[in-house]
Formats: sequence, C-alpha cells, structure tokens
Amino acid sequence: MRAAWAKAGSKSIAIVLALLFTALLLLASGASPIESFRLIWQGSVGDGAKLADTLMAWVPLVLAASGLVVTFAAGLWNIGVEGQVVMGAIAAAFVAREFHAAPALIITVALAAGVIGGLLWGLLAGMLRVFGKVNEIFGGLGLDFVATGMVVYLVIGPWKRAGIASTSGTDPFPREAWLPTIGDKLSPIAVILAVLAVVGVYFLMRGTFFGLRLKAVGANAASAHIIGLSTRRYLLTAMAIGGGLAGLGGAVQAIGFQHKLVPAISGGYGFLGILVVLLAGYRAALIAPIAFFFMMISVGSTQLSLRLGLNSSLGGVVQGTLVLLTVLVGGWQAQRARRREPTEVES
Amino acid sequence: MDSTLATIVAAAAPLIYATMGETIAEKAGVINLSLDGSIMLSAMAGFSITYVTGSVIVGFLAATAVSAIIAALIAFASIELKLNQIAVGFVLTLLAAKLSSFLGTAYVGVKGTHVPHLAIPLLEDIPFFGTVLFDHNLSVYGSFVVLIGVYLFLYRTRRGLELQGIGERPEAAFARGIPVNKLRYLYTVIGGALVGLAGAAYSLDVKFGWRENLTLNFGWIALAIVIFGGWHPMRVAFGCYLFGALQVVALKLQPVEALQGVSQILPIMPFVLMIFTLLIVYLDWFKRFGDRHPAWRGLLTSDPPAGIGKVFERE
Amino acid sequence: MSLELSDIHKHFGRIRANDGVTLRVGAGELHGLLGENGAGKSTLMKVLSGFFEPNSGEMTLDGATLSLRSPRDAIAAGIGMLHQDPLVFLPFSVLDNFLLGSPPIDRTAARTELADLAGRFGFSFDPDAPTRTLTVGERQQLEIVRLLWLGAKVLILDEPTTGISASQQALLFDTLRTLAGQGMIVIFVSHKLEEIEALCDRVTVMRRGQTVGEVTLPVPIDRLVEMMFGQAVPVVGRVPGVRGEVALDLEGVSVDDRLTSVVDLTLQVRAGEVIGLAGLEGSGQRTLLRTCAGLLRTSAGSIGVAGSDVTTRGYHERIATGVHYLPAGRLEEGLIRGLSITEHFQLAHGSKGFVVPWADARRDANALISRHSIKGTPDTLAEELSGGNQQRLLLAMVPENVRVLLMEHPTRGLDIASADWVWGQLMHRVERGTSVVFASADLDELLRYSDRIVVFFGGRVLKVLDTSEADTDRLGHLIGGRDVA
Repeated sequence: MRAAWAKAGSKSIAIVLALLFTALLLLASGASPIESFRLIWQGSVGDGAKLADTLMAWVPLVLAASGLVVTFAAGLWNIGVEGQVVMGAIAAAFVAREFHAAPALIITVALAAGVIGGLLWGLLAGMLRVFGKVNEIFGGLGLDFVATGMVVYLVIGPWKRAGIASTSGTDPFPREAWLPTIGDKLSPIAVILAVLAVVGVYFLMRGTFFGLRLKAVGANAASAHIIGLSTRRYLLTAMAIGGGLAGLGGAVQAIGFQHKLVPAISGGYGFLGILVVLLAGYRAALIAPIAFFFMMISVGSTQLSLRLGLNSSLGGVVQGTLVLLTVLVGGWQAQRARRREPTEVES
Repeated sequence: MDSTLATIVAAAAPLIYATMGETIAEKAGVINLSLDGSIMLSAMAGFSITYVTGSVIVGFLAATAVSAIIAALIAFASIELKLNQIAVGFVLTLLAAKLSSFLGTAYVGVKGTHVPHLAIPLLEDIPFFGTVLFDHNLSVYGSFVVLIGVYLFLYRTRRGLELQGIGERPEAAFARGIPVNKLRYLYTVIGGALVGLAGAAYSLDVKFGWRENLTLNFGWIALAIVIFGGWHPMRVAFGCYLFGALQVVALKLQPVEALQGVSQILPIMPFVLMIFTLLIVYLDWFKRFGDRHPAWRGLLTSDPPAGIGKVFERE
Repeated sequence: MSLELSDIHKHFGRIRANDGVTLRVGAGELHGLLGENGAGKSTLMKVLSGFFEPNSGEMTLDGATLSLRSPRDAIAAGIGMLHQDPLVFLPFSVLDNFLLGSPPIDRTAARTELADLAGRFGFSFDPDAPTRTLTVGERQQLEIVRLLWLGAKVLILDEPTTGISASQQALLFDTLRTLAGQGMIVIFVSHKLEEIEALCDRVTVMRRGQTVGEVTLPVPIDRLVEMMFGQAVPVVGRVPGVRGEVALDLEGVSVDDRLTSVVDLTLQVRAGEVIGLAGLEGSGQRTLLRTCAGLLRTSAGSIGVAGSDVTTRGYHERIATGVHYLPAGRLEEGLIRGLSITEHFQLAHGSKGFVVPWADARRDANALISRHSIKGTPDTLAEELSGGNQQRLLLAMVPENVRVLLMEHPTRGLDIASADWVWGQLMHRVERGTSVVFASADLDELLRYSDRIVVFFGGRVLKVLDTSEADTDRLGHLIGGRDVA
C-alpha cells in the first residue's frame, strides 16, 4: 500500500517538475506559459477536426507501445521498433500499390501485410539475439537504419513519382486502399484496432499462460529454464508479437493517415512508444491514456509554431522531460528504500 | 586524389571526437546511449554561443560542457541510483534532440563564425601528405591529437590500463585498490566532453551553421563504429575514416541518376558492419590468431569490456 | 610481527556471518582457517582484506591498529588476498595483469621483475600471453607473484586448491613454505582437512560464524572433524521403505564440468530409495545431480529412467520422464523475483490452457499453502518468503508422484523446524515410491535419511557405502579423503 502511494507521489513530483521546466523554457523564449498550454489544449482537443488529428496520431503510438509492453516483459530492449513500424508501412504500401480489388479486401490484406512485415522484421532482430548473440539493442538499431534506407530507396527509386524523384513521397495510393473515414481524417477502423491491441495485450499479459510465462522468462531466465520453459521460444515469440503490432501501426500510418509512402513514415512513433511504456511502468493498463496525453502535446504544439512562432519540438521536450524525471525520481525513491533495508548476503 | 582524401579527413573529424569519447566511456564500463542527442544539442550550443560571444573557442567550450553534463547525468543515474544505463541514455537522446530543435530556432540559417582555416607552414608543403593532413583547421588537427592521445593513454599509460580494468572486471580492479565508481564518473564525463567537441565540430566547421536535426543519426553511427572498431581507438578511427569516405563517395554519386538508390544505402553500412562484427565474435579464429600475435591482439578482439553496462556494487 | 583479529562481528540483515571471531597469527606462520562451507571463513577474510568493514571488533598488525575501509587500505597495510577464482583480467596479457593497479614502473623493468620473481619460485610465464590461456593454477601463481611484488606481509589464500593440478599444488605448497620461512604470515583458508594437515603449523576452526578453537598441528584428525562438524548425534536409522524397480540407472557415466568431473560411475537407484551425496563443496555432487537432470552432457556412459534410455534427452524432456531437479540457489535458480506464490504454482503445473483461471488458481494456491504449511498468502512474492518457506514452495511446485527427485542441499540455511518439515515431506514422497538423490554438507542429515551414501572427494567418487556401515567418524574421514574402516 505504501508502495502504491510512493509511486503516485513520485509521478506527481515528476509531472510538477516537468511542467515547471517547460514553463521556464517558454518564459525564456518570450512566450506565456499559460497561453502556450491553452493553445496546446485547443490545438489537440479543441474541436472535432483537431480531435480527429490527435486520435489518428494516437493509433500508431498505441499499437507500437502495446507491442513494446510484450517485448519489455520478455526482458528485451526492442530498439528495433522503429524499423518494424517502417517495414509494416512498406508492406502495406506494396499491397496498396500492386493489387486491385474491392476496398474491404485490399484494406484487410494491406493491414495483414503490415502485421507480417513488422513481425518478420522483429523476428529477425530476435534471431540475431537468440542465435547470433547480437544484443537486440544494437541489432535492432542496425535494422532500424536498414529499414529507413529501404524506404528512402523505394521512394526515390522504383516507387518514385512519375517524372520527379523527390523525397516528398510516392504517388498517393489508389482510393480503394484508403481507410474509410468519418469526416476528413478519422478512421474508425484505426481507432478500433488500437483499442483492440491495447486491450488484447493487457489481457494477454495478465490473463493468459503465455503472458505469465513470458514474464517469468523476462524476470529470471535461469529459473524459468529450471521450471521447464523454453527461453528461446518465448523471446522469439515476444519479438514477433512486438514487431507485428508495430508493423500494424506502420500500416495504419500508410493507408490511414499519409495515404502514400514517405521517408518519415514511422513518424517517430516507435521510439515515442518506448517513452510511453517507460512512463507506464512497463504495463499495459496506462498505455492508452498516456499515449493520448503524449499526442495531445504533439498535435497541440503545432499550434505553438503557427500562432506563437515557437518551435513545435517543445512537445517533444515536455514528453522527454516527463519521462526522464519520472525515471530519475523513481530511481531516487528506490535508493531510499534500499538504504532503509540492508540487503541480505550469503557469506 | 589528395584533395578528396583531405575532404574525408575533415569530414571524419567530428566522428573521431565522438567515437573516442564513447570508447573511453564504454571501456570504463558505461554505455552512453545519448550520443545522438548530445551531439545535436552540443552542436546547437556551440554555434549559438559562438554567435553570441563572437568566440569560436568559447563556443567549443560550451558544447563540451553540454555533453559533459548529459554524460554526468547518465553516470549519476547509473552509479548512484542504479538505474538502467540504456533507459536513461535513450530518454536523454530524444530529449536533447528536441531541446536542440526548440532552443536553436533563432539560429537557423544564421551566418555565424566558423573555425578559421589554419594550414601548418612547412608541413603543408609535403607532397601528398601535406594536403591531406596539414591543410586544415584547428578542429581537424584537434581530432588527430585526440585520436593519438586516447590511443596512447589507453595502451601506454598505467592509468589507461586501470581504465580498461574497471570496465573489464570491476571486482578485480576494486580488489587492487582502484576506486571503480569514482573513476567511472570521471571517464564518462571526459567521454561526454569529447562528444561535445564533435557537436561543435559539426556546427562550427563541417556543416557551417545550425538547422534542425543538423547532425541527425551521427550519434547512432558513432555507437555502431565503436562496436565495429572493437573498442580499440585505431580500429575505431579506421571505421570513422571509412565512413567519411563513404559519405564523400555518396556525395559524388548524387548527380548520377542511375545510382541514386546506392547513395541512400551508404548510411546503412556502419550498421551492417557492426552487426557483422558482433556476429564474428563467435568465430574463434580471430581470437586464436590474436593469442599468438600479441601485437595484433588489440586490433583483432571484438569482445566488449566484460563489465560494460553492469552496476558495480561493493558487496 | 603478528596479526590479531579480535571479536570480529559482521552481519548482513538477519545473517550473522561472523559472530565474535578471533584469529591470531605470528610471523613466519602457516596458519590454517578451517571450516565447512558457510562457516564464515570467506567473510572473515573479506573483512581482513578490506572488502567489508566489520560491524565491531579490532584488527592489529604488528601492534598497530588496522582501519581498513577498502581494499586499498589493506594493500597499503601489506595484506594481500588471493581469491579462489583469481581476480585477473582475462583478455589482458600476463604483463598487463602484473602491472594493473601497481605503482608506476617502466614496462621493461616490470618484465624483468616478473621473470625474476617467477624464477625464484619455479614459476614460468609468457608475459605477452593473454591471461585467459593460463590455467587456474598459473593464474594463482601470477597473483602471488604480483602480491609479493607489491610488498605483501600477510598473504591470504582462499580455497586455493580447487581446480589446480596435483603438481601445481605441490609447487604452491613449496612456495608457501618458502614464504613462511622468509617471515611472511600466511593464512590458508580451506575446508580440506588433509591439506591443512599437510601444510599448516596451526589451525583455527570455524563453525556457524564462530571460532570453535585453535590448535597446533599435528593433531588427530578426529579432533579436527569433531571441531568442524560438531558432536555426533546418535543416529536414528531409517525404516527401510518400499524398494521397487530401478528408477534411475547410471552405467559407466563420465562427465567433465570444468573444475569437477565424474568418472565411470555405475549406480542403480530403486524406487523409494534415498541416496545421499556426501563430500566437500565442489567435489562433484552438483555435477552428478545436474547430469542426472540433463543440464550437463555425459562424455561416456548411459543414463536410464525406468527402463528407457535418456542419455541424449535434454533437461525439459527429462522432466517429462519424471526427473525433477531442485537447485540450491532458491531465488537464483528456482523461484522468480516479482512473481507471487499463485503465479509460481501456475507456472509449475504446466497447464496446456490459454487463459489462466485466476479464481481457481488462487483457491488451489490456498489449498497448497495450507497443505505445505507455507507462511504466506497467494499474493506473497517469492522474495518476501523466508528461506524455509521458499523451500516449501519449491517442493510444493513439484508434482505429486515423480520418479526421481534430485535435490541440491535440501535444507541449507534452514532452521531445525523447517528442515524437519522438508524431510517429512520428502519421506511421504519416498513412501509413495519416489527416489530421492540429494547432496548435503550435513553429516547427520546424510546418515539419518539415506539408504546409501556416495562420497565424493577431489572431484571423483571415492566410495559408495550402505548407511549401516557408516557413522559420523567414518564419514568425516571419507570426506576428508581417507577411509578408516
């Protein structure tokens, strides 16, 4: 019980400090903090159109973060998540461009392709780790770059716009391959997928044997092995699931938001997803609200650049500061707890 | 030919600073994953401070300070608070990058000072080597000094040997009376300072100015090169110059339509090489060759310092 | 010159590793520190070498009080410690290892020093070879030479003879005698009776964190055994249980596990039989248990379980044949930090289901908790349980009727009540036909519950005997390497 209060306390301290820091930055840049926060609020949930923007940004972030909950549970640092998002986008783009059929079919296949693309890319990083002993951090990083390289190559090479090879993207996909929307931007399918993903992961981790066993492998591979679990199988499956969900996020980005392939197709949602999961304490329960909060900040801070001439990266600053402070304050509290109870050591 | 080589040397100078800094930190056992963000923020700081004060030297100092502080934060979080170095480094890299974008808005596109050219008299007249090595500026010469300095320090001094010890097996170093954690702080911060020099070298020399995401991905590339270089300064430097060469080649290829795609693939190379290196560790052959030829051993090992990334606790 | 440690206390939380220990050694003395694993010898030496600061007590060297706050202070005072696994830097060269951490010296001069010192004791090193290629014995030699060069006046050796060859051991002993002859204080920490007997002048014996006594050698070995293990408790013989068919069949089994090995062991364990593995730590018991479990591969011979050959089957497959292994490290190798009792049971019962039936799971957990008298609730985390309750949990996780139960130190660190309870549970299983093979350092335990005892010594099986032919005295001797039948 005490631990729960302590956790809530540390989160509050972190939030307050982050807000203070941001306010200071704003003042130093000659802007009013109150005005800025108001603009961010209005710019993200102020009206229906803005809300749609925020929600559409929220979807890939939630998808990537849900996948990351699974990989973190397995004890893995899936830095390759960015690449998995990109590969999902590429796969969906491929389907959108090359195949012609009824919209329902194309969209389903494109989304499925996204899952598969991300899944395979995640599995690749997993295999490098399990069979090649290549740390998933650096293996994943390398694969991130390879994926980005591939998308750039496609955009200015084989998939380039007729006549102009530019990094602004490919031709837009045929209309059948666009996710249907309410209004201009909001795709209910996308939102439903995100909700299903985060609820699914929550249930998977808390209610199934797979989740329990994965937790065991991530917490103590040696004991898990003695108990009878195959660590290899669980690590690889986790990477596949993480990659698959990230890939789905990429697919949604491609056919639900951008409607074409651009070099920055991942939107940074992979890495941002890591921040979300860090803030959520590695658990699925808080992913959805935290991701929404993050996207409010991201989408809202574009208003800052429009109205106040400030750089919209302030949003990223707020997000990063919040996570950093939460991590540090949490570590400081753990340190104090350790000081109070000396650890037992066998002589 | 020699002017191309000279361009490569100059282009690689910032990477030399960054990789040497990271090599020191990782040799001491601390992974500073914030490289990409640190370089970016230092680049912005260096440029803006130079613009404001008019002094390139002060700008370089400011850049150094910025990265050193970030590194100190990582060291503190890891050593004092026992937090995961990867987690803290990762958050810092994103945060520092965003900070650089935000704080640097006023300086985008501004024409600032840059490091003045300084050909070394006499030496610059040596045929071939003169142009390649001695017709640059202080920033590039600095990279030579740092490279040789780090190599000599690590492999020719006893403090350097101790540094290797604390990263390799901190318990053994501690048993020999070496203050492991204190030194880890020191070397992480020194490494961070060198990383700061990289940032300044970009904004005040190689790229002449500041814009958003100026040094994008160079930090990640530096991390990959350190691994590819097996944590040995000479091999790491080779990786830097190799990458510099790839960059120059990519630039030359740009106008060629047919090879457009190839030039985009080049930034991937360090990572492919890095993964390759990590896989090769498996192969015993290199190790056995190194065992028999001590002079080559340093260059052939690809094992990370065994104690890297782990928290050292007394009991 | 003399070294004195008085009334040293060192505890970690609840564990009193050193409970008022006294040690006195004079110049030129080869002093043995004898005691079983867990007696507190390592802790005491870590205090002396500056790794730990004692909670209370005094240390003096040559009359001057020692205040050692870190190994640095100890080195400055002239105290050098050679660890059981020599703390050398494996990828670095011999010369670099020699130099690391020492005062400034020119490399060429260091080479000469190294060669000189080595030559004096009959060691030989290639200064440029990576230390990784040196054997354990050679790494020890390197460390000794280094400590001497740094000016050690006191040399502590912690279990130095594990994993070194006989010839290296002979050389080591000669070296130590020479050093003692030159006036050095040598403290030889070991649990091997015959070595202490062969080498030392005086011995301090420790048991359960306290000094039991100090004797000058030679002394009858029974006395040492008695001091090490305590008074022999009258043995209550075990009622022979059901002896069924052969459950575990080892034929000519040989295993090589780095420091220990098992050579050509043939043993048949019947259903309902209890086999005790006796011997000093690191003599091969763990190796044998892990081999039977399938965690180690045999280099020769075959292993059969209830008639079928399992030699090539791995760990997980062996579990399917009914062979279960409980390692000694409860939280490191058996339980998982951060997971609750209920979760552990769910993991252990290997359900094929998809969804975890949490309501039922908690009910089952409650039932198991009361049946096995575990002091905890279904939500208690593994690390929150006491040692005894962790062991109960581990046992409760093993299915009801298994064929063979392999246990490493079933009652280590447990109080008498918990230990009795564990054996009560094991006896229930034995009566229902389970075979138990267990390793233990407790002679009473071995004698009370085993049908047969396999004694390990020096990494090999020394003797297999019926419990009826053994008593504490004979067993103690066998463990020390000699048979007094």
